[in-house]
Amino acid sequence: MGDYIVLAISCIFVNNILLAQFLGNCPFLGTSKKMETATGMAMAVVFVLVLAGIITWLTNAFILKPFNLEYLRTISFILVIASLVQFVEMFLKKSMPALYAGLGIFLPLITTNCAVMGACLINIKEDYTFIETVISSFSYAVGFGLALILFAGVRERILLARVPKPLQDTSIGLITAGIIAMAFFAFKGMV
Amino acid sequence: MTEAILFMLGLGAACGSVLSIASKIFYVYEDPRIGEIEGLLAGANCGGCGFAGCSAAADAVVNGMAQPNLCVAADEETAVSVAAVMGLNAGSSEAVISRNSCTGGNRASDKFIYSGVLSCNAMSNFYGGKRNCTIGCLGLGDCVKVCTFNAIEIGHDGYPVVDESLCVGCKACEKVCPKSIITVKTMSERLFDFNRNDDPLAPCVQTCPAQINIPQYIKQIRNRDFEGAVNTIRERNPLLLACGRVCPHPCEDICRRGLEDEAVSINQLKRFVADYEMNSGKHLPVTCAPSTGKKVAVIGGGPAGLSCAFFLKRVGHDVTIFDMTPKLGGMIRYGIPEYRLPKEVLEWEIEGILNLGIEHHANVKLGTDFTISSLVASGYDAVFLGIGAWKDYALKIEGEDLKGCFTGINFLSNFSLFQQGDSDKEIKIGKKCAVIGGGNTAIDCVRTLIRLGVEEVYIVYRRTRNEMPANMVEIEAAEHEGIKFVFLAAPEKVLADEDGHIKGLEYLKMELGEPDASGRRRPVPIKGSETVIELDMLITAIGQGPDVSFKNNKSDIRLNQLATTRWDTIDSVDPETLQSNIPYIFTGGDAATGASLVVEAIGGGRRAARSIDLYLKGEKVTPPENSLFEKNIPESIFESVSGINPIERAKMPELPVDERIKSFVEADLVISEESALKESNRCLTCCVTCYNKDS
Repeated sequence: MGDYIVLAISCIFVNNILLAQFLGNCPFLGTSKKMETATGMAMAVVFVLVLAGIITWLTNAFILKPFNLEYLRTISFILVIASLVQFVEMFLKKSMPALYAGLGIFLPLITTNCAVMGACLINIKEDYTFIETVISSFSYAVGFGLALILFAGVRERILLARVPKPLQDTSIGLITAGIIAMAFFAFKGMV
Repeated sequence: MTEAILFMLGLGAACGSVLSIASKIFYVYEDPRIGEIEGLLAGANCGGCGFAGCSAAADAVVNGMAQPNLCVAADEETAVSVAAVMGLNAGSSEAVISRNSCTGGNRASDKFIYSGVLSCNAMSNFYGGKRNCTIGCLGLGDCVKVCTFNAIEIGHDGYPVVDESLCVGCKACEKVCPKSIITVKTMSERLFDFNRNDDPLAPCVQTCPAQINIPQYIKQIRNRDFEGAVNTIRERNPLLLACGRVCPHPCEDICRRGLEDEAVSINQLKRFVADYEMNSGKHLPVTCAPSTGKKVAVIGGGPAGLSCAFFLKRVGHDVTIFDMTPKLGGMIRYGIPEYRLPKEVLEWEIEGILNLGIEHHANVKLGTDFTISSLVASGYDAVFLGIGAWKDYALKIEGEDLKGCFTGINFLSNFSLFQQGDSDKEIKIGKKCAVIGGGNTAIDCVRTLIRLGVEEVYIVYRRTRNEMPANMVEIEAAEHEGIKFVFLAAPEKVLADEDGHIKGLEYLKMELGEPDASGRRRPVPIKGSETVIELDMLITAIGQGPDVSFKNNKSDIRLNQLATTRWDTIDSVDPETLQSNIPYIFTGGDAATGASLVVEAIGGGRRAARSIDLYLKGEKVTPPENSLFEKNIPESIFESVSGINPIERAKMPELPVDERIKSFVEADLVISEESALKESNRCLTCCVTCYNKDS
């Protein structure tokens, strides 16, 4: 049990997918302008990343490994994740319109998200068991959400601050992201 | 190598077939335009537009929440193609414009005092209260800082000023303003905005049936922005020339200055700017949204119909007006005499409305020339029934249909038609005439008669002057013009001479008894007090109701089901939506309320236009949220106001009596620019600059 908690903490804080691994920077900048959008995106990533972690782990264990096709891992994961997200989108639209209304618009964004892909590949690389995969996928997504929501909060404030003209918008966003990433370095020694 | 290819092919086929099956099973209808627009956008999913990716942006465009030019990564051409999908011209779509609703002349005296804080949000957090009326705009410019398009700056009086050409309607300012002062609305949201019980509304705005933003246009007059004032009025009332002349201005009765001084002469100010526009010779431009392709039939070209058509056209629906008379205007053309509202003024006003591209058919009557079924068959999506109240109530006494007896509306409209060149409608005028009734129609009849050279004109009313429902100014004018008033008289029968022509009216004298349901004291007849006045002409004007004879038309099954009240008015499901029991039929004006004010009909027309717009968009037709309908905000109605220096109210210039009773030339004249400016300074700008009752 203790190991799982350590794994979760390391995925959320120490190896934060956005601020320590620098994956998924496009939605990090794109959907962090408004707190509302950021929260929605965070929820959607949690939802998709857990599903994607599970399905890619299954694909790897039951298809790629037995047939010695591990060199096709990346390309087959792309296909599997993209199909999964599309499928989930259609499923939600029909069966759970309420959930779709909350997450739906973010799903196509995640189809090509490197954070999702990256987390899935890390799971395989680290030889996680199924349970560990579920926990790490969930925690990576939580870490993503945490960073995104923190960043959105900061950006909403930046809108009101006096930013020199040349540094406005994305450039001040990137600088801020860098400073937040440095702050996250403080977690390095934790686990 | 081979196995890798086979594997990928297999995986691809598996994924593809799962998805294609899923798309069949989980198919949900979606507006095809969403897909089309998404295909046109850059596909970068960058979120630069503020939406989560391109499909969310496409969805927002289709739902009208964003503009076709929203994509920051695409060029002009994309915006044009997106607009084409939406059936709009890029750029001419309904612009969402940020507006500063706080337009007081002076900042509240206990406004923010600088204590080191640089943002409105921080200030309002420190000092609490979302809408604390004692502090208006904080003026620290959060809206200015948040605007990425540099469209807002703090003007010289410390309020934000929006440059409409730069504003794209991103709503950033609206969100950041802690006082809800900056609002971003599309044209239809603005045109169909109704008073809300949480708005800072001056008593006059609360009371005006058309809900005109009175303090704003008075302020614009004060700043000599007469065109701006016209536009402010026109956002709520397209018939400002007519209203400026005939409105009994309920707004002035509740004016706060009126508590300590004479009320501000609001209606004369309206008339002043309306005449300013007319005298300039050019209609100010009025913007309309691009066509939505929906067709609405407006039946009745009176104030309600014109107002409804005007607002529907402005939000882009195609409107056709059907009217039974030769010219549009309804009761304000045929019921209001020339000396109160000259026909050329009305002509000019209606021309301005029709110029927006509203079609009209004259001389066609519902039930005889066309039916609701025929309108539906020719592709109209909704119908507005603004047929007015044209049927005079009968007095139900002996001899009221003798030669020389007329009814009020019938007399006025026939005379009006005659005056406008229809010689068939000439009425033989007598020498001694009486008009029965105490309302505005009765007064219009007597004042018309005296102008026609009738020697003795009586008005016979069964109560007293205090109970007369007519406007006080009208009663006074009639008195000045030499009308004889016979009060407390109940007509018994009309006496005939040998030829079957009227020779007199017998009435019973009355005295006032207990108050009745309407709060007026009920007249009680005095036995044996029969009196006769000699007459050779009699007009009964005791009230009127809608003529709903079209309901009996057997061939129009749809209309047979239309619910009407026992006063023959058209029954609406909710007086705030004005939708009838037949969902695509809406009503308004006298047809819905019974005979009432012009301004009431104009407000009703706009109300119905809002409902029709909702109906055409496929949305639920519900009353506006938190609406303040025919009510006042109790805490805004004061009993006294301190610190007011009485300033004389602008006097209305009018023609001298002996001159005006000889002709139908307009009796009331417009005030001068100088006195308009002076009058505008009498406005206390209630509920705009914050008035502290205790200070």
